[in-house]
This record gives sequence, C-alpha cells and structure tokens, in this order.
Amino acid sequence: MSHAADLPAWVAVITALFVLLGAALAMIGSFGLLRLGSFYERMHAPTLGTTLGIGSVLIASMLCFSVLQTRFVLHELLIAVFMVITTPITLTLLARAALYRDRIEGRDEVPLPPPPPECREDAAREAGSDGDSPRSITPSRQPDDRS
Amino acid sequence: MTRWLPFPGLTLLLLLLWLLLVGSVAPGTILLGAVAAVVSSWVWLRLELPAVRFRRPLAALRLSLVVLQEIIRSNNAVARIILYRGTRNRRSGFVRIPLTTRNPYNLAALACIITATPGTLWVEYDSADNTMLLHVLDLIDEEEWVRIIKTRYEMRLMEIFG
Repeated sequence: MSHAADLPAWVAVITALFVLLGAALAMIGSFGLLRLGSFYERMHAPTLGTTLGIGSVLIASMLCFSVLQTRFVLHELLIAVFMVITTPITLTLLARAALYRDRIEGRDEVPLPPPPPECREDAAREAGSDGDSPRSITPSRQPDDRS
Repeated sequence: MTRWLPFPGLTLLLLLLWLLLVGSVAPGTILLGAVAAVVSSWVWLRLELPAVRFRRPLAALRLSLVVLQEIIRSNNAVARIILYRGTRNRRSGFVRIPLTTRNPYNLAALACIITATPGTLWVEYDSADNTMLLHVLDLIDEEEWVRIIKTRYEMRLMEIFG
C-alpha cells in the first residue's frame, strides 16, 4: 500500500531534499573511511552518517508520515536518542582497543598512558595536593614507563 | 511503595518509551508496559547506581541547542576535509584534557557529546588522573581545545548534573 500519491508536492520536495542530504552525508562518511590516513582519523568519518546523516533521514520520515498521518511521528525521536546513546559506546571501545594495540606495539604517534599510580602519588605528595586538583595538560612522565 | 517503585521518575520514563515504541495507548499495552517498567527498575536497584540529580532543565535545553549547532557545523567541516583536503595540509592528533568533574553522569554525557560531534573523539578516561584523551581530526591549537571542552561543555554539564 503506497500513499506516495497523496503527498502534496511541497512536502515531497522537502522530504526528498532531506533524504538526499542524509544519503550524501552517509556516503561522504563512508568515502572518508577509505580516504583518511590513520585508524583514529578514519573513526571520525562514519560519525557524519550517525549524526546529521541519520538526523536528516529522520526529519524526512517524520515530515512525510505525519503529513500522511499513517502513524505516530515520535518514533523517529526515539531512533535519534538511541543513536546518540549507542554510537559513542562502540566508537570509544574501538578507539581504546586501537590505543591499547598501538601502545603495546610502541608506536610513536600514540600518547603514553598516564604515569602509574605510585609515580603519581609521589608527584602528588611533592606538589602537596590531594590529587583532586586539575593537572597540567602534559603530566610529567617517566621516559621509560613504556616497555 | 519505595520497595516496589525505587525509581518512580525513571519507571515512568520507561513506560512512556514503551508506549511510544508500540504506538498505542490501549489498556493492555499500558499494563504490559507498566509491568516491564517496574521489573526493569528493580534491575537498576541491583546496579547500585550513584544518585542522579537533574537540575535546571533550561540549562539542559540550552546545552542541547549548542550541541546541535556544533554537530551541524562540524559535519560541514569534516565533510569538507574528506572531500577536498584528504590528508594534505592537516594534522590530526591527541590532546589530554584535565577535567574538573568526577560525576559519572557528567562524564558519560561529555563522552556522548564529544563522540557524537564529528571531528572529535573521546579515546580514554583516566580516573586516577581525572584526565581524558581527545582525538581531533583537524588539530590546530591544543590549548584551544582544552578551553572549548571545559567552557562549552564541562561547565554547562556541571550546572545540570552538579
């Protein structure tokens, strides 16, 4: 059953524009996955599809189906909420796995882990702080704490 | 009452979610949704979550608008980088950002915001040091990023969740 014929022209045009925008962003994101250099850079590309890309498609869907009044339009908001909550979990997990691998392999472009707790306690005692205070951006590190 | 309904607000939210998903308000749906919501709220009790204080819904609304605007802006920026620049004339890198808050809800929300914004990625959080590692696709100035994360997001989140 298709209601596409019942759709007023202006709604159809706006819906089409949003769907195209979403599809284009998803495609650019996938293209970036191929084109960008390192693993960490590549991880930025798919977020185009999962934010504004999916957002555009959802706006198009809400507009189209609320004009046709075939169902409740708030379904799409739920999809957006679930995307926002679940995507960062996957991405952060992937990033941490890559970071762990690169540190084990001793790659230079990856930042060192923060110093181990005993060094940190020493430093905190010297500084006379309780360790709660914000630290400098590049905490002092032992040169040999990566083996 | 408190034994059967440990989290009344969250239980109600779950019931609303259920009704939205099913898309009907028939008595049977409400009954089934209520049972599901109450039973899952017992699971939360087992998780021993830290108490959440959600204050200032207006500040939350303002923050969502800022995030929305930032997502649109950075989608455009990242799309341009992918299409026109590739890996030329650009440096990506890591920035370690010292955080002020230790509230888990603030940290979770911050991770969602940062990762949902194209061009920035939450890589690691160190609870002993209370710092996070940020990966930026187009890194120009490290200090600038520390300032952006702290003033644009962290301060606003601390207003909301404390």
